[in-house]
This record gives sequence, C-alpha cells and structure tokens, in this order.
Amino acid sequence: MLEVTDLSVSYGAISALGGISFSIEAGSIVTLIGANGAGKTTTLRALSGLVRAKGGRVTFAGADITNLAPHRIVARGLCHVPEGRMIFSNLTVDENLAMGAYLQKDQARIATNRDYVFGIFPRLQERLLQPAGTLSGGEQQMLAIGRALMGNPKLLMLDEPSLGIAPKLIRTIFEKIVEINRRHGVTILLVEQNANLALEISHRAFVLETGRIVMAGESRTLRANPELKAAYLGG
Amino acid sequence: MPRPHLGLLAALAAAYGIFAFSDRIDPYHLDVLVGIGINVILAVSLNLVNGYTGQFSLGHAGFMSVGAYLSAAVTMLLGPRLFGGDSSAWQQNSLFLAALMAGGLGAAVAGLLVGVPSLRLKGDYLALVTLGFGEIIRVIFQNFEPLGGALGLNGIPAYTNIFWVLAFAAFTVFTVACLVHSTYGRGFIATQDDEIAAEAIGLNTTRYKTVAFVVAAFFAGIAGGLYGHFKQTITPGGFDFNRSIEIVVMVILGGMGNTIGVILAAVLLTLLPEVLRPVAEYRMILYSLLLILLMIVRPQGLFNLRFWKTHH
Repeated sequence: MLEVTDLSVSYGAISALGGISFSIEAGSIVTLIGANGAGKTTTLRALSGLVRAKGGRVTFAGADITNLAPHRIVARGLCHVPEGRMIFSNLTVDENLAMGAYLQKDQARIATNRDYVFGIFPRLQERLLQPAGTLSGGEQQMLAIGRALMGNPKLLMLDEPSLGIAPKLIRTIFEKIVEINRRHGVTILLVEQNANLALEISHRAFVLETGRIVMAGESRTLRANPELKAAYLGG
Repeated sequence: MPRPHLGLLAALAAAYGIFAFSDRIDPYHLDVLVGIGINVILAVSLNLVNGYTGQFSLGHAGFMSVGAYLSAAVTMLLGPRLFGGDSSAWQQNSLFLAALMAGGLGAAVAGLLVGVPSLRLKGDYLALVTLGFGEIIRVIFQNFEPLGGALGLNGIPAYTNIFWVLAFAAFTVFTVACLVHSTYGRGFIATQDDEIAAEAIGLNTTRYKTVAFVVAAFFAGIAGGLYGHFKQTITPGGFDFNRSIEIVVMVILGGMGNTIGVILAAVLLTLLPEVLRPVAEYRMILYSLLLILLMIVRPQGLFNLRFWKTHH
C-alpha cells in the first residue's frame, strides 16, 4: 500500500533522514520506534507532504505522491494525526470533526463517518458542542484521531498518541487503534516512544536511529531481541 | 431570511435613517461618526487576517491608500468627462460607487500581489513584508507627481456621506461574519488554531490566508475611498505606519477574532482622542496610558469570550 524508497529530508544543512526505505502492507499495523530526534516525526511529515523530501520516492496505492501538496495527499486517503494532539481549540468538537471531513463532498458518507467515529469514541458525542480546548488530554487525542477518520483514510498515521495522556487512558487509546484497524480495515502507521505497547499491537516494526533504519522485522520477533530490549524496552 | 441578512437590512435601514436626519445632527458629531464608520471597516476587515486567520499584517494603511488614490483618480478624472460641469445627485452617487469599487478592487489586487509570495512566510516575517509594502506604497505616492506627489491630492469631491460610510461598515461586518461562520470559513479559525493540523487534514492554508488577505485589502481600499471623499484631500503621510498600527491596536484591544469586540474597540479608540481634546497636549499621553491600562486589565481583549473559555 505504501512504498518508501530512499527517502531523505534535511532541515537546512542538517540531515534529518538519510535515505530510509520501507513498505507497508494493506491492512497491517506498522510501528516506527526510536529515540527522540531519530527522525520519526520527520518521516511522517515527509509522507504527508508537510515537509519536503530532499530525495527518494513515496508511492501510495500505486501512485507517486512524493512532494505533493498536503491536501492532495489527504485526498488520496493518507491521513496524519500530528504529534501533540493538534486540535483546533477554538472550534467545538462538532466543528473539529466537520473540518476533518473538509475534502469530503458526499453528505451521506460524512454522516456515516460521524456515527462511526461516535461508535469508537462515545465520549466525543457527549462533548459535541464544547470548545475542543476544554477537553482533557485523552479526549483531545480521541478527537484528533476522530477528526482524521472523518477524512476516510486508507492509511492512518499516528504520531505519539500516548504523549501526555493519563496512563490509564493510554491502553484505551491503543485498544481503539486496534479496533480501527481490525473492524474498519484501516492500515496504520504508528510512531511511538512507548515501544512496548507499540510492539504489542503492531504486526511489523522499524527501528529508527539518527535518520536511518537500523532494524526491521516482525514485532513479535523484535520484542524478544536482546539489543532492542536493552535500548528501548527497559531491559 | 437568515439572521445575518436581516441584520444587514436593518443596519442599512438605520444608516439611511441617520442619513435622512443628518441635517439635524451637529456637523462635528457627524464627522466623528464618519470617522468611527471608517475605522470599523478597517478594523473589522483587518481582524479577518490578524484575528481569525492568525496572521500578522502591518500594512493595512497601505491598502487603504491604494483605494483612496485610485477612487479619487476615478471621480476626479472620469467625473468631469462623463457628466461635464454639473451632474445630478444620482450620477454622482453611481460614479462614487464605481470609484469605491475600483479602489477596493485595486487594493485587493495589491493584496494578492503582496500576499501570494509572502503568505508562505510565518509570523514575524509576514509582519515585516507587509510593513515594507506599506512604506513602498507611501514612497511611490509621494514621488508620483500626477497624483499630487508629496503635497497630496486636493479637491476631491465630497461624495462621502454618513449613509455610504455606515452602509459599507455594515456590509464589511456582514461579509466577515458570513465568511467566518460558514463551513468554508471555519478554515480561517482552523488555520489560526493550528496550521500544521489544518494542513494535515487537507486544508490548503496558503489559500485561506490569501483569501483573508485579499478580502481584507478590498475593504481597506473601500475605507480609503470613503476617507478621501470625506476629507477631500489625501497625502501619502496620512497612510503611514502609524495609521496601520492604530488599526492593529483596535483589533488587539477588541479581542483578536471577535468581531463585536473589534467594532467596540474601533468606536472607543475613535472617540477617545475626541473626548480627550480638552486636555490638549496631554491627550496622546493619556491615550497611551489608557491603552496600557486596558491591556493590563484585559490582555485577551475587551470581548474575547471564546479564548477566555479556553484558557481558564
């Protein structure tokens, strides 16, 4: 579904990604793990067109999307939930969801998507008319994911969904991610610092270190890898 | 009929009512009212850019001057040629409306020319580019002799009356309100709240910023046309950096992204220097002190209910 070949990104003179290649199969959950500054967020931003790739190629569903404008990439079904729950705090929950369906023209489909989002996150329906800035951290993350789902994603990219959320809620959010994948067939690319949890729910994983992929494989196998255990899984 | 449209009709009727009775209103009060109306147009339109869309333009007076000069050129050059020496009120008014539109559209084109290359820049950079634009426009008018050069343009016909000013103020408020409260228009607020998130869900934020910029420039041009045909004389110095700052202050004081607050601030800041006239030389000091005080007491602006909810 997604094919990344030799993708590189630089911020000015500083290289953030030094040519990474990986692919994602339709229907799977793939996770990208790595330390701070390894290039995880940059990878997602390059895939969704928010930063320009210096070199390499990104193919999505058979078409070359390298350096397309972000709104054209979203229109093809590659949706990005940015790090730090970037919701529109001055709009209501309802309006945030409406913005998520910005590129959708089919009203019936939008209504179905809303029900589908409320089915996954009933909390959002309870808070419909509240300004999004007044939601709790966990609810804001739910809203950010819900908003992305309004855009009919084929591939959903989640950047650190556990960041700054109460530990109790993290598990709920991850269960929802699995539900979105299993029940609704959305392919997922998950970037996470919480490597334990990410490896637990994903099929495949890539480990990023200073802009390069240093390890790749089935999540189950990687969880048992002693090197990875020492570096990311806390012994 | 939807509520905003009814509001616009009511405002237009009220504007006409005031105009019909303008003989009985003290001319000084009428002048202040015209000043208020023009400032409302300027502040409410700038609020679309600086408030709702979260950009920072410092060039509103520049766009105003484009409208002022262009519309004055239309009425002064075209008027005598079309109607000869004496023209009816109807002819004058239609010429004036055409001149205002020309001024507004000219300013909008200027807005597009400045906006397209610079709206990719963020925050401070955009402020500097618009500041630079305002100065360039001023210097161009200062050295362009056919439009009066540094001496300015004199003898502009006095076509502006209270009806035109209040009607355009109402129309500005109406347009901005309809734009921002539409499904399309939530994109302005989304762009302001979080540009990256807005892009990530597929908004073309550059286009939103450009639309906001061009619409705001259009109304600044209209305000310039009204101003020129009210004062009957315009000079490049009247549209300097200070004028832009005055408008920015109205937006900040009113509460970024709150139209009602910005209207009140425009009224307040136009009245304040007038009310302070008796204290003569201390006027500007008091004016500045009041501004500082207001910002300390209400840093979020006079009327910023939504932000207030978010941050407390």
